[in-house]
Amino acid sequence: MTMIQDRPMAASANRETMTMATAVNRALGDAMADDDTVLVFGEDVGALGGVFRVTDGLTARFGERRCFDTPLAEAGIMGMAVGMAMNGMRPVVEMQFDAFAYPAFEQVVSHVAKMGNRTRGRVRMPIVIRIPYGGGIGGVEHHCDSSESYYVHTPGLLVVAPATPQDAYSLLRSAIRSPDPVVFLEPKKLYWAKGEVDTSLEVPIGAAHVIRAGTDATLIAYGTSVPIALAAADAAEEEGRSLQVVDLRSLTPYDDATVDAAVRSTGRAVVIAEAPGFASVSSEIAARVSERCFSWLEAPVRRVTGFDIPFAPPKLERYYLPDVDRVLDAVDTLNWDA
Amino acid sequence: MAANSNDFSVPTVQLLAPDGTFAPNEAAEEFVPYFERLTDADHERFYREMVVIRRFDREAANLQRQGQLALWVPSHGQEAAQVGSAFATRPQDHIFPSYREHVVGKMRGLDVVDVLRMLKGLTLGGWVPEENGNFHLYTLVLASQTLHATGYAMGMQFDGATATGDPERDEAVIVYFGDGASSQGDASEALVFAASYQTPQVFFLQNNGWAISVPASRQSRTPFALRGHGFGMRSNRIDGNDVFASYAVTAKHLDDARAGRGPALIEAMTYRVGAHTTADDPTKYRLDADLADWVAKDPIVRLKAYLENRGVAQSFLDDVEQEAADFASDARKRALEVVAPDQDVIFDNVYAEANATLVEERAWFEAYEASFEEAQS
Ligand SMILES: Cc1ncc(C[n+]2csc(CCOP(=O)(O)OP(=O)(O)O)c2C)c(N)n1
Repeated sequence: MTMIQDRPMAASANRETMTMATAVNRALGDAMADDDTVLVFGEDVGALGGVFRVTDGLTARFGERRCFDTPLAEAGIMGMAVGMAMNGMRPVVEMQFDAFAYPAFEQVVSHVAKMGNRTRGRVRMPIVIRIPYGGGIGGVEHHCDSSESYYVHTPGLLVVAPATPQDAYSLLRSAIRSPDPVVFLEPKKLYWAKGEVDTSLEVPIGAAHVIRAGTDATLIAYGTSVPIALAAADAAEEEGRSLQVVDLRSLTPYDDATVDAAVRSTGRAVVIAEAPGFASVSSEIAARVSERCFSWLEAPVRRVTGFDIPFAPPKLERYYLPDVDRVLDAVDTLNWDA
Repeated sequence: MAANSNDFSVPTVQLLAPDGTFAPNEAAEEFVPYFERLTDADHERFYREMVVIRRFDREAANLQRQGQLALWVPSHGQEAAQVGSAFATRPQDHIFPSYREHVVGKMRGLDVVDVLRMLKGLTLGGWVPEENGNFHLYTLVLASQTLHATGYAMGMQFDGATATGDPERDEAVIVYFGDGASSQGDASEALVFAASYQTPQVFFLQNNGWAISVPASRQSRTPFALRGHGFGMRSNRIDGNDVFASYAVTAKHLDDARAGRGPALIEAMTYRVGAHTTADDPTKYRLDADLADWVAKDPIVRLKAYLENRGVAQSFLDDVEQEAADFASDARKRALEVVAPDQDVIFDNVYAEANATLVEERAWFEAYEASFEEAQS
């Protein structure tokens, strides 16, 4: 099991409470200050500071050459990032919303993901693609997709989905330093949730961790589904059931070791994800856990996911999204009489 | 020096000066005959539509502020561009809007409450084009509708529904998009395809100065209207706050398109007076001075001055005010009455035919939701 020392015991001078949006902003600013080749660009990231204010102040601080508004074309943004990366830059691009990253898909899949491989490792793509993703904000259509499965299914991309301001900060710093391209999924509904951030803390890409101890069953979550898992564990405790929660943080690379150890310790697992469940990250997790932990399992792995339908209109999104009740309902089916 | 996208030295068709005098400029000459098709009643209709939609727009923004809508997309300032071009369409034409063309929908017979229902968060899309004057769905994914419009226009050619020589029957398409959207590959591809196949189609680009916070000059270093020539189609820039220019130029290009003379691009110079949406705060990125400049060119003030110069009755102006107030309050009332659809509509129409996975998920969902009702009773 990977042990991650990411919760220092002593209070550090670098600790501060902030929202996830601020944490991302801070990580961008710190990375830009440390490395001149880091550039931030996209739609409305300059004067406006991003539609979620995540790039607020970066143009004022670093100038228009370092943080700038592009013409309105995602394929253009992404393709240009490829050329810049070839020429030694470290582009951090923003796709304004999940579904508006699709016009850039060809550049992502065929070029960003494959360039290192096609050039036998000579030309790496240290690009970070920031994507505010997911629902739960009452957003209108095309503003609420959980698109992680498309990226995870593309060899060559790293995919990260933080759930806390700390992980957002530390993982973004790791992503910007990474020689490989990283799709950085920012859960919109958690942008304004606050948490403590220690800017000296390093969180490597590819490291899941157990965020709540428990002995009866393991809830596996990432990004938007982490707070649901924690709330479900709290509720279950009142009913006398002890649920462990694993926050994956990184989807690619996937941390089998941490997940396997966790599931083997409880013998039961529920995967929670907002995206449609069919052929998704959640199905991959369920498959891996089933294959690797079969002898430890007391019940089949269950999944609580979005339905296999387009994301629902805002007023109906609560019927689409996984929630605490659905998680508890799934936990109830885990063969407790066995 | 390269002209930029706001360079007004490019010929800009204008019939109605900002002070309301009818004074067609040189660029407008070839379009005056189209203007002459209009009757006094048509002029009054323009005024009515513009005033009514502006009042409605304000009401919708209020509804959003009061928590009744998830979002509102204001059209304040762009009424002339939209009303003039919409009036130039014929019943058989098809309209592919962006997401700000509420009055175009209204003029084609769409109930504006359908727009409110969608922005209330109850539907995706929300209306059937054939039942609403061939006014197709709003498209939030910028510029994708330009290609859909071109494909639809190619379908008209395929069906022999255009260029038959009978203007009462010949069909055409008009597609609306913005200065920001024009940068998308889809927009260029649509222009390429349209020119290549000589589709019966008008590309109506509303240059309202902004793509959220990004000025039009970031999208183009040349006036958008000049791009049309590069793609191989007729192209005009118009004063988008002059409803007569909007009508006359669109009427000519739609007539030409129906008659088999191919596509055209119109760039309407206008201004997004309000915020991008109710989620936006323009004070973060633009100057009040520019706004004031454009407010002085207000399309409604201009048409009103024109009508007054021609001696329109005060009672007409009063009636329009009343109608606008009634329209807005009726829309408000009906928007508040809209009820949420059944929760399991989210499973409808994902596929045309029954899909085993979804049938199972829906059954699970219905049983699961019912279990709460049972628990309550
Ligand atoms: C493909 C895509 N990318 C980004 C967005 C987010 N977005 C919505 S409207 C907008 C600006 C559009 O500007 P413009 O085309 O000029 O039209 P306007 O809103 O000014 O009418 C942006 C960036 C989107 N809807 N679709």
